[in-house]
Amino acid sequence: MKKLMLGNDAFARGIYEAGCKVVSSYPGTPSTEITEAAAKYKEVYAEWAPNEKVAMEVALGASIAGARAFCGMKHVGLNVAADPLYTASYTGVNGGLVIAVADDPGMHSSQNEQDSRYHAIASKVLMLEPSDSGECKEFVKQAFDLSEKYDTPVIVRMSTRVAHSQSSVELCEREEKELKKYEKNAQKYVMMPAFARKRHVVVEERMQNLVEFAETSELNKTEINSSKTGIITSGISYQYAREVFGDTVSYLKLGIVNPLPEKLIKDFAAQCDEIYVIEELEDIIETKCDKLGIKVKGKELFGYIGELSQAIIAEKILGKKPETESFGEDIPVRPPVMCAGCPHRGLFYSLSKLKLNVMGDIGCYTLGASAPLNAMDATICMGASVSSLHGFNKARGKDAEKNTVAVIGDSTFMHSGMTSLVNISYNSTNSTVIILDNSITGMTGHQQNPTTGYNLKGDVASKVSLEDLCKALGIKRVRVVDPYDMAETEKVIKEELAVEKASVIISRRPCALLKYVKHKPALKVNTEKCTTCKSCLKIGCPAISIKNSKACIDHTQCVGCGICQEMCKFDAIGGNK
Amino acid sequence: MSVKSIMIVGVGGQGSLLASRILGNVLLSEGFDVKVSEVHGMSQRGGSVVTYVKYGEKVYSPVIEKGEADVIISFEQLEAARWIPYLKKGGHLIVSDQVIEPMPVITGAAKYPENIIDKINNIGIDIISVDALTLAEKAGNAKASNVVLMGVLSTKLKFDKEVWYKALEECVPEKFLDMNKKAFELGVNL
Repeated sequence: MKKLMLGNDAFARGIYEAGCKVVSSYPGTPSTEITEAAAKYKEVYAEWAPNEKVAMEVALGASIAGARAFCGMKHVGLNVAADPLYTASYTGVNGGLVIAVADDPGMHSSQNEQDSRYHAIASKVLMLEPSDSGECKEFVKQAFDLSEKYDTPVIVRMSTRVAHSQSSVELCEREEKELKKYEKNAQKYVMMPAFARKRHVVVEERMQNLVEFAETSELNKTEINSSKTGIITSGISYQYAREVFGDTVSYLKLGIVNPLPEKLIKDFAAQCDEIYVIEELEDIIETKCDKLGIKVKGKELFGYIGELSQAIIAEKILGKKPETESFGEDIPVRPPVMCAGCPHRGLFYSLSKLKLNVMGDIGCYTLGASAPLNAMDATICMGASVSSLHGFNKARGKDAEKNTVAVIGDSTFMHSGMTSLVNISYNSTNSTVIILDNSITGMTGHQQNPTTGYNLKGDVASKVSLEDLCKALGIKRVRVVDPYDMAETEKVIKEELAVEKASVIISRRPCALLKYVKHKPALKVNTEKCTTCKSCLKIGCPAISIKNSKACIDHTQCVGCGICQEMCKFDAIGGNK
Repeated sequence: MSVKSIMIVGVGGQGSLLASRILGNVLLSEGFDVKVSEVHGMSQRGGSVVTYVKYGEKVYSPVIEKGEADVIISFEQLEAARWIPYLKKGGHLIVSDQVIEPMPVITGAAKYPENIIDKINNIGIDIISVDALTLAEKAGNAKASNVVLMGVLSTKLKFDKEVWYKALEECVPEKFLDMNKKAFELGVNL
């Protein structure tokens, strides 16, 4: 049966068909749907772990126990999981262990544009890279086999366009895999120096074997169509190149991106007069060609930044530019915004009004940095808000403690904010941390987490109390506010900044997009009372604009949250009472 | 046949993902090779979003670049103007006449252009403007503007209605199916 599937859904299908038993991941765009889709197969145990490091260790544990196991994450998630990865390379596996890492060239939804191929090179593990949904499924199945054959974790590298494009996939049946026999083997799995030294030798031998495998594997495909031009490429870049050149040039499409097959590359290059290397982000294939003494054109044309496309390739190689029409006027940009009814909005308005320094974090609330709220000073990575607040306060002392806060979401706090909070209580700053508890992992599209009371399969799960947790981590002052009540929220923020103790404020209100959240009827502006003071525009609600010189609320967007009513001094907004 | 390219553009949250999935299903049932490229994550929060649908004998790149789209379906006026450079010469533009002001306009940092549809007409682009929101509300839910627009598109693509209905059945939860079929018909009978 043929089905149109997202690359991520096809990846999950591969996990299912390969007989994988245990899946543990942390959500992150563009990788999230792999694990969500895998969870729909009843034969597969799947969970959201609190972070990627935990997820990878769970998967490794399952592999050591003899099951086929998987964990998935976005590119920056692999940084968090790098610690287990680099040593899992030494231990190898028992049941096949496959790791998905989804890169985000162009940063559609990420804080950096790192190229995960470097992690595969540095950790010395096999890395495959599919270029469409059909390959996602097939490569994943092969990855499990190769993991077991070569005793190595295997990374399958995705990118946004492969992960989030649908193409047709041929479905097969699941092949059940018995658990492999579990035998104690300290020399393989206890990585203390004496054993690890021996395992490093094994890793280097394995790398040699993998190079030999890459030379002849059908995962690397050569298409000889012309002796003039040859293109070496991989993943989505192959699809772009194929669209531009069709059958007029020769291709070496690398399905294995670590290790690279030296002889295969040399043989291919020898068959063409000129060679282009087309790869997004870093110059990994090109550097290999340089090392092999093959003259190629690559980054001098395409650079290191952002995504490629058929248009970029056509322009840079063929000098072709498209014929286009244009609207002929400036078109205002449309940046993403907090949704109408977003519980973060009122809180960020208070932070903005109080002119605080705000150490931000990763999630929907990063949008608090945008106009008109402009209430964020720094955003680095998961959990960094809490730890960098401590550092900021250590550097600038008591004055900073009175006007600086950290904001972090519930899921991000569980991911890596907890350890940072321990540092605040242990090494003592009078820091004020605000946990934005919207009872879900929002930005990635509503995944459960340890504070929501449900697990990935939708079953009731043990629910971590943020209040109890923060107290257990040594924070004596823990307060809960409803961010829809702006006056109270502002009062509590002021009090906690003033007090000379570390404190946590939990700003609690479920995401307005959650299905169980009941919306109130849309609010209306009384145009006779409206003085066009524009106070209601200061909260940056996408449902409010000025029409015919009066404030106007879009009834299709408004969910009646009432934040704008609190802003209006003239009682001009009403309608849901 | 050569590859055909359809872009679905709008504001995050307007339902462009569902529209592209319906269309993708229709094209697959018609026996085409199909690729649909979506946007997830941050842009989905009220940003400018674009979905690419390509079909033909064999599709390689899932993305559509400037000057390549045979049809652009826009859920909002300003987004129609924004993506015009992606339209092929002689391509069609189907636009819902809804206006959603972006934040820079709301805050007064930028101006929403006036008479967008007339201006696009004046460039000489084939444009169909639809009050999809009112039609969707007539069908029972403002959120069904996406399906109204699929109804309009179906009149350009000439596939059997049963194929569209089957795709709706596959992509829409059963309790909303009748409402969506109604929305689709309102688009067809424009």
